[in-house]
Amino acid sequence: MASEKLFGLHATALQLRSQRMMLIASNIANAATPNYKARDLDFSKALDLAQQQGGSAGQALEGAVAYRVPVQSSLDGNTVEMATEQTAFAENALAYRSSLAFLQGRIGTLTRALKGE
Amino acid sequence: MTMSGFSIFDISGRAMSAQLVRLNTTASNLANAGTVAGSETSAFRSMKPVFRTVMDDAGRATVQVDQVATSKMAPTKRYDPNNPLADKDGNVWEAAVDSAAELVEMVETARQYQNNVQVLETAKGLINETLRLGQ
Repeated sequence: MASEKLFGLHATALQLRSQRMMLIASNIANAATPNYKARDLDFSKALDLAQQQGGSAGQALEGAVAYRVPVQSSLDGNTVEMATEQTAFAENALAYRSSLAFLQGRIGTLTRALKGE
Repeated sequence: MTMSGFSIFDISGRAMSAQLVRLNTTASNLANAGTVAGSETSAFRSMKPVFRTVMDDAGRATVQVDQVATSKMAPTKRYDPNNPLADKDGNVWEAAVDSAAELVEMVETARQYQNNVQVLETAKGLINETLRLGQ
């Protein structure tokens, strides 16, 4: 894959971060739905899987999604815990920004190389 | 942001409208708390939306209001012969609304709405930063 050579790990990482953001957003959206089971992405496992498969984030996602184990189970069967979800979301957003920064650096390097400055 | 199924705007946007339905029912319950009626059947009973998960093929989930259910709580009978609505025995029925529970519901709804707004704002910021990549 061409983007794989250009951006290395960071392109896949960015895709996976985006997928994880969707999953956590789903959990937050279903905070009041009875019997909803919160799910999350095991990021390092997903990244490993994606690298084994040559950088495809789609299949890696399926293999690394797991149900969250609640700290304290609630009576309505919902396993969303707002504190957990909010920290996970914040952490994921920060990691997304770091991936963007790495990509930005790579693009800058390439642009400078192309311009011959 | 997405190839198929829900985008982040679908997920949080639909959750926000579901929470808004919940806030509306709470408001109507609170507005009708303390009203009286001349018979048990015509007395107001509190309503509560039933949320349901909607999931796409990729496993992303949002929420929608399945139905608005009426509470099983019975209206309280009160003897008040001076009330113009009282029946022939002098009884009126007070609306079946638990004001304290409704207030708690209102606060919880507002917080969860805010959470979804926050998710949307963060996601929007990240998308904008991604769009500016390489500029």
